[in-house]
Amino acid sequence: MADPIVKATACVLVHAPSFVRYGSKPTREIAGGGEPVLASIEAHLRSFDQAVAYPPNQVFIGNLHPDRLNDIDPPWTDHPIEGASPSGPFGEIVSERTFIGLLKAADEFDLVWLDTETAPGFLEAVEGSPFQNRTDLEKRILPGIAIERILEKIATQGSLPLYHAGRIIGCIHRHHDQDESLTAPILLENLMTKASGALALQHLLTHADGTAEDIDFVLSCSEEAVGDRYNRGGGSIAKAIGEMCGCIHATGCDIKAFCVGPVYAILHAASLIKAGVFKRVAVVGGGCLAKLGMKFKGHVAHNLPILEDVLGAIAFLVTEDDGETPIIRLDSIGRHTIGSGSSQQQIMEALVLNPLDRIGKKVTDIDRYATELHNPEVTVPSGSGNVPLNNYRMIAALAVLRKEIDRSGIDAFVASRGMPGFAPTQGHIPAAVPFLGHAIGDIKAGKIENAMFLAKGSLFLGRMSQLSDGLSFLLEKNPRAR
Amino acid sequence: MDSENQAAIKKLVEETGAENLVVVLGSANMDLAEIAARTVTVGDPGFAGPLAGVSLRLPVYHILEPEVKAAVPAEVYEQQAGFMELIVDTDAIGKRLAEVRRSAGLSA
Amino acid sequence: MDFRGKRVVIFGERDGVPAPAIAACLTAAGAEVIYSVTECFV
Repeated sequence: MADPIVKATACVLVHAPSFVRYGSKPTREIAGGGEPVLASIEAHLRSFDQAVAYPPNQVFIGNLHPDRLNDIDPPWTDHPIEGASPSGPFGEIVSERTFIGLLKAADEFDLVWLDTETAPGFLEAVEGSPFQNRTDLEKRILPGIAIERILEKIATQGSLPLYHAGRIIGCIHRHHDQDESLTAPILLENLMTKASGALALQHLLTHADGTAEDIDFVLSCSEEAVGDRYNRGGGSIAKAIGEMCGCIHATGCDIKAFCVGPVYAILHAASLIKAGVFKRVAVVGGGCLAKLGMKFKGHVAHNLPILEDVLGAIAFLVTEDDGETPIIRLDSIGRHTIGSGSSQQQIMEALVLNPLDRIGKKVTDIDRYATELHNPEVTVPSGSGNVPLNNYRMIAALAVLRKEIDRSGIDAFVASRGMPGFAPTQGHIPAAVPFLGHAIGDIKAGKIENAMFLAKGSLFLGRMSQLSDGLSFLLEKNPRAR
Repeated sequence: MDSENQAAIKKLVEETGAENLVVVLGSANMDLAEIAARTVTVGDPGFAGPLAGVSLRLPVYHILEPEVKAAVPAEVYEQQAGFMELIVDTDAIGKRLAEVRRSAGLSA
Repeated sequence: MDFRGKRVVIFGERDGVPAPAIAACLTAAGAEVIYSVTECFV
């Protein structure tokens, strides 16, 4: 059987400024520094229109090619895209008002209470959402709960206040006061992953031929740990998201691998297709609340808006070869094995050189490399460096070691085969795959023949191993395409 | 350097002393390396972590400094770190770390 | 710099030189690694 293809892609952003305070870093900083920290965060939040017009966000949803960022002088915050649309070929940027309505649509256990005064507005914002019909949504959202009851739950029952436009508009409850896996903050994190992941999957289904009922397997590569005190991280957010989108004939499960999750999930999907076990596999990654505002201190210090005010969510449909769409070469999987070693050279050789050697290609035979595409405007102000640029220089250094280019050619290699980072720093989201939609378009248009996707993971953060991790694959022009 | 790591090194010095203790960094980002180096010598420049205002004055080096390279068997160095010499300006890192050591009153 | 007999604390970086690689270098240089951590900035 021919190698599988990525038939459709979806990349969506959720503008969630009122949730920045619940990111891991802001939560800790507010706990330590109190009201002044919160005030400084709130003073640096962006409007929805600003988030929409921000050039990297337009690249993420497919309205701009990543190369276009090279033409825009940094800081990109100073150069909003005129007339920018929140809709793009890969997905959309949704407002917080719509997303709060979606949270309720995702809420199967009445965890979220919205207050009677604002509930109708959230219903209106989410109306037209494909998830449920108006009657069902109305039943969930209206009439809402009296604000006094909400405030009482927050004061006495461990419920977490939910904010929008500077005021409390509801709350989310814990399930149990003695289960640390089901506290209100963790349930919020999980519910936000579910709702944003479902939004991405819904976009994918809209772009793809066929319906939700045609999907037979859903793999989640989200960063969350759905479970209870007896099985922290038990799963399965994949099926929760599939259920919300009406994939009634699908089963599914979660893939966990820190920031390499999406690449592993695509490998699993492609392998299951090639093995003939399934025909249409959806890979989905919902957004990560914990990462909101992660680098906010750097942004505040440089008087930039807090750029980590968006959740990113992705979805990919992997299917059998259609004779047109670029293929995932399953003989090209680059793997950082347990015995590969931990030096940067060993990691990069495992991910880039070993697979290329195996299929008889040189480093310079690859037209584009997609590495972890963290937006540098998010990371540089906090001193975390330009992650994609650093990785592109390493790939170029491999070409130097192989004597394919001179050391003096590193910059030119990076300029022509790399790209500026444009993804929000959501861990799994920047893992090379936000370029998939662009790459498929470029290959189909004959601009490039192939693109390599590689991501690295920091397994050592979980304190079970000193190992790093990484995986790569090559996307190539369909040999049967005209 | 994050708070957890600052706390860990502070505790280590409190429990085992600073004698014969050397800190070695591996960041590819020079600014970050310099901040980490300052943190373990004169204290957290951001005045946020456990080492804010704490002057440990630990000798601190970067693995990519020529001086460190010279101390490591060539074959091991080549395999473990040599590749990064293509990416990072090692002389510049050496100068910045030497300056941190000098300003902390350590031998450069 | 002579690492023989030194106790070393290592702060490696995922996208730079990770801690285990630094540890391999310094052990070979005669040092004793007493604390080693790799940082990830994203």
